[in-house]
Amino acid sequence: MSDFILETRGLTKRYGGVHALEDANFTLRHGEHVAVVGDNGAGKSTFVRQITAVEQRSAGEVIFDGAPVNFAGPLQARESGIETVFQTLALADDLDVPSNLFLGRELFKFKLGPFSILDRKTMREKTMEALKTTAVKIPNVDNPIRNMSGGQRQCVSIARTAAFASKLVIMDEPTAALGVQETAQVENIIRGLKDRGVPLILVSHNLRQVFDLVDRIVVFRRGRIVASLRKDETDGNDIVSYITGVKGGVEV
Amino acid sequence: MAEPNHGLGGLKYDPSKKARPQELNVFVALLIIVAAFEILGRLILGDSFLFNTRDNVEGLFNTQRLSIIILQVATVGIIAIGVTQVIITGGIDLSSGSVVGATAMVAMSFAQTALVNGNPNPKAIFGDWAMDLPILVPILIGLGCGLIAGLINGALVAYTKIPPFIATLGMMVSARGFARWWSTGNPISFPTESYNAIGSGMRPVFVFIALAVLFHLIMTYTKYGKHSYAIGSNEQATRMSGINVDRHKVLVYVIAGMLASVAAIVVSSKGQTAQANMGVMYELDAIAMAVIGGISLQGGRGSIIGTVIGALIFGVIISGFTFLKLDAYYQEMVKGAIIVGAVVLDQWRQKSRGARV
Repeated sequence: MSDFILETRGLTKRYGGVHALEDANFTLRHGEHVAVVGDNGAGKSTFVRQITAVEQRSAGEVIFDGAPVNFAGPLQARESGIETVFQTLALADDLDVPSNLFLGRELFKFKLGPFSILDRKTMREKTMEALKTTAVKIPNVDNPIRNMSGGQRQCVSIARTAAFASKLVIMDEPTAALGVQETAQVENIIRGLKDRGVPLILVSHNLRQVFDLVDRIVVFRRGRIVASLRKDETDGNDIVSYITGVKGGVEV
Repeated sequence: MAEPNHGLGGLKYDPSKKARPQELNVFVALLIIVAAFEILGRLILGDSFLFNTRDNVEGLFNTQRLSIIILQVATVGIIAIGVTQVIITGGIDLSSGSVVGATAMVAMSFAQTALVNGNPNPKAIFGDWAMDLPILVPILIGLGCGLIAGLINGALVAYTKIPPFIATLGMMVSARGFARWWSTGNPISFPTESYNAIGSGMRPVFVFIALAVLFHLIMTYTKYGKHSYAIGSNEQATRMSGINVDRHKVLVYVIAGMLASVAAIVVSSKGQTAQANMGVMYELDAIAMAVIGGISLQGGRGSIIGTVIGALIFGVIISGFTFLKLDAYYQEMVKGAIIVGAVVLDQWRQKSRGARV
């Protein structure tokens, strides 16, 4: 087995003439938590979108779990074990928490094609379990999530990812719109993933958070990876100089 | 299991403040409307809307009026059950009335008797081979018409990505044209006795109730129901969750089309004849029933129970106007106002919900 759960070689994405991502060589070890940082438009989200196959890459290779992969779409990526929390919430507002957690992977009492009978009781129990292991507190899981705060909804979204996490979790700015307490809760979930040995790619603008949570920091600038630094060999000022381009040109 | 004071970020959950189900509000509205007609009737006509005031009839209630209301509601109500599902997925189906017309014509053509009072059937569409067929033949052919219309609607919506409004508007015009072409505009009559029996007496009501119960269970307890709500709630998220949204939409429109054809069989059997202009405006009545019943046109919210109560409200209002001897022209005008009013109410509901978050 290779050392890496995920590896990209020469990953490139062009939108017409715009080179959003150029020759990205990236590795992620088993159980490792890596942050992806960079200015707006540096290529962070583009990078994530190529891995999760929300978009199709222009060139390069993605090696996941020891084998080159060519996912047709995010669904296939998920089925292969890559769980993603997207910047835009991927939740159905009118459904309750268990329905959202199990959306697309419902449990059934009785299989009958589209009219399969849902096993609501077991799904609810498993939801409570999942919320417990991720330490997410939701006052009433039977309410449609429309009635919940942005933070609670984000927690549901992340709990879903964490509960089904198998091989790799990717979070694209999971705390961008959250309050202090809610951010803390999301960070707790991330620590829980670390304890369980689930590898993570965290896209974040928040350097305090990044230094708090991850093992390694990868800096993007103008579509290129300009630095990949272990947390203990760098500091905030160093990272900022890479982001802004004061330092750079270090080929990784 | 949820602890009442299990707070998050200082938020407390109070179970007693849980929102009342929408259906209860709609039901209260039904009671208020019935009461309003009762009071107006007593004041204006000196007659009761709800209760029996005749000496020559037994019973507390005016069962004749009530059964007419339910019977009137039942046919369009069957369509409304399908329309409800379409609206819950965030779509709309304008074709159901025309599908009723087309299906009635086709189904009736296979339900005719060879001899009428000893003479050959004067309205015969086909030759002898299509006469006195078993009851199952016109029913299956009728359901087939709905299935085809639904398949076309669903495929247009799901795969060409044109708005459901346009796709089903096209079907509305084309299916009506088909109904007129089928017998070059002539009515089709003299069905077999077994076909007649489908819509006789209060049977349409039983068909309506049975279908309402069936689809209530399906929408509440099955994958089909869950995914319908999910699509109407957040189509993108549903797609990302690995659900085949396009295929699901086709299924929803097929079910709606087939329910329209059930209504067509019932209504043509009840009238013992089929005409090309059968079911005109049924689609709007069905949509009105759903919207009055609390189905959100934005998708994702509402229930079959709501639509059933909405259908009753609709029937009570129409019957109430007749009872008050309001002219038929006014009835149409008021009907339009009710539909618009129900949508306005839905918008308000959504706004107040939004503000509560």
